[in-house]
Amino acid sequence: MKSRRQFMSESALAASSLAFPLVGGAQAKAVKVGVVHPVTGALAYSGQQCREGALMAIDDVNKAGGIKSLGGAKLEALLGDAQSTPQGGSAEVEKMNEAGVSAIVGAFASAICLATTQTAAKYNLPHIVDVGVADQIVERGLKNTFRFGPGYKKCAEIAVANLHVLNTAAGKPAKTVMIIHEESLFGTGTAGLLSRELPGYGYDVKEVIKHPNPSRDFSNIVLRMKQINPDIVIPANYYNEYALLVRTMQQQKVVPKAIYSVLGGAASSYKFVKEYAEAANGIIDCNHWFNPKDKKAQELKKRAEAKGLYFSYELFMSYTAMKLLAQAIEEAKSTDRAAIIDALNKTKFSDHIMPYGPTQFVNGQNMGAQPLMTQVIKGDIKVIIPRDYREAEPIFPLNA
Amino acid sequence: MFDLSIVFSSVLNGLTMGAVYTLIALGLTLIYGVLHIINFAHGAALMVALYGVYFLKVKLGIDPYLALPVVVPSMFVVGYFLQKVIINHASHGKDENILLVTLGISIVLENLALLLFNSDTRNIETSYTLSTVAVGPAMIAIPKLLSCLGALVVSLMLIVFMRTTDLGRAIRAVAKEKAGARLMGIDVEHVYAMCFGIGLSCLGAAACFLLPAFYVNPTVGNGFVLVAFTIVVLGGMGSFLGACVGGLLIGVIESVGGLFLGDSLGQVGIFVIFILVLLVRPQGLFGLKA
Repeated sequence: MKSRRQFMSESALAASSLAFPLVGGAQAKAVKVGVVHPVTGALAYSGQQCREGALMAIDDVNKAGGIKSLGGAKLEALLGDAQSTPQGGSAEVEKMNEAGVSAIVGAFASAICLATTQTAAKYNLPHIVDVGVADQIVERGLKNTFRFGPGYKKCAEIAVANLHVLNTAAGKPAKTVMIIHEESLFGTGTAGLLSRELPGYGYDVKEVIKHPNPSRDFSNIVLRMKQINPDIVIPANYYNEYALLVRTMQQQKVVPKAIYSVLGGAASSYKFVKEYAEAANGIIDCNHWFNPKDKKAQELKKRAEAKGLYFSYELFMSYTAMKLLAQAIEEAKSTDRAAIIDALNKTKFSDHIMPYGPTQFVNGQNMGAQPLMTQVIKGDIKVIIPRDYREAEPIFPLNA
Repeated sequence: MFDLSIVFSSVLNGLTMGAVYTLIALGLTLIYGVLHIINFAHGAALMVALYGVYFLKVKLGIDPYLALPVVVPSMFVVGYFLQKVIINHASHGKDENILLVTLGISIVLENLALLLFNSDTRNIETSYTLSTVAVGPAMIAIPKLLSCLGALVVSLMLIVFMRTTDLGRAIRAVAKEKAGARLMGIDVEHVYAMCFGIGLSCLGAAACFLLPAFYVNPTVGNGFVLVAFTIVVLGGMGSFLGACVGGLLIGVIESVGGLFLGDSLGQVGIFVIFILVLLVRPQGLFGLKA
């Protein structure tokens, strides 16, 4: 078994190094950037969405004249596949370092980001984390690591505070909660934060259940849910498992007062809403979301859809992370790694579609980053909280 | 403690899964239980059948249940020639060689699938994927119910086939006394290949029933092989009735175990029962004493 795995990973490495695609043409001054995502394996859908987003950003930067402070140098992507494992991601970073990239954007999942940032740190290689919500990623003092989006602590705090606001406004119909999470760093960490936060607001966390990735049968978990009959169900897992869990709940006719996701893998996903409109209806999510009032966001959404892609958070988070990197290289006026890190620390990058305001990194974390609360209403995803970005009034509880 | 209705639902879920286990184990009991060939490629063959069903649906739009007349004969042909051309020649009739050859075949098949389809987990969507039907207090997914019924029908057909047809009798004769069967004019190599063919066509049927409620990836078969071997030994080597009862029993134990102990510990129950059966009744539930 071991030798077979070794053989596969070695041959995959060899194949991908042969097939390293060079995007953006072979200009002499091109700036090489690494794009690492889990494009195969359990997280393949999310990883592919991320990659598409990063490539769209590179395309946009190059079409707009490249890095002007470097004489119009084009960005050139080196694509890496983390194969949905931390060691896979780490191996790709090693290869990219050898290939002489100036920086890395990636790697979607928290557990993978934890590995890729650490490997990149060995070479002082700037690494922009596009999604990776686990706070440990930016809490290890790595000078090369920058996260543009919010971490799960902030997301969990905002989600619980808003749940309480919604519940209080509705006359406090919800008292009990059940959390279902995936077993890696992201799900376990989020579930831990939620179980600590919720009792403080008077909620009774009846049960916290974890499941492996991939998990293809949620019958038993949903039966337990039927037994416990919680008012609120909080899933914290990736797309496939999230979709299956909610569909199994629908199958078993389990209808809580709200499905209230924190960084839910499919909760604010146009793909899920389109494919399972009925199951998705009413789901609330506290997640990465673009500024709905920003025209550029709507344009990007249309462009992604014209390419046959869903405008998912993976796509626009990676898109924005790559734009941030381009801006930093522009400001650094150099492809030198230390100079890019310095530029990232100083940048006020604000030409983006996220509801964050101007960028300001403190210890690698963008201080303005915040999640938005969305709800699936009539087959569309609408922002419900905060009021500044509100597109629709929240519906809570769902089965009142 | 759980309500009876919840436990009832879990038992029904287990029965539906157990029926598919039965179908997979029947193929194995024919090959392993009757012919004493340890077929490590059983899981990989199931994976091949699942990909077949998947691509028939995705590329040609053929519903998994309507794919039965295509997949079952195809798997038969694959099985027949796998035994006749590869396993028979490569093993030179030695059991330990057969073990290595089938292990080799499984490694080749799995890695071919990885190369061709990469490691993504794929599933299909049908109009009935989410439909349920109420059985007492339980809601059972229609694909699971259909897979259960289908698996039971195929099992019954196989049992009748083994008892009433000439080929069935020939298989049993070869299993009991190979040299004697050859003296009686039975083409032993042909019977071996037919057995393999029938064993794999059971997997073809299992794949058609499984995919609407399950998924496929290159290593999907591994999870089933161990369970299938357990069922064959639990039911009694070569006993078709044993495989049926064993399969259903294992399905229920796994499901109820998962309900009480959590999904990752659900399978512990299977092996506890397995060890108990081996201690108390080594010949299996329906096996004859040696």
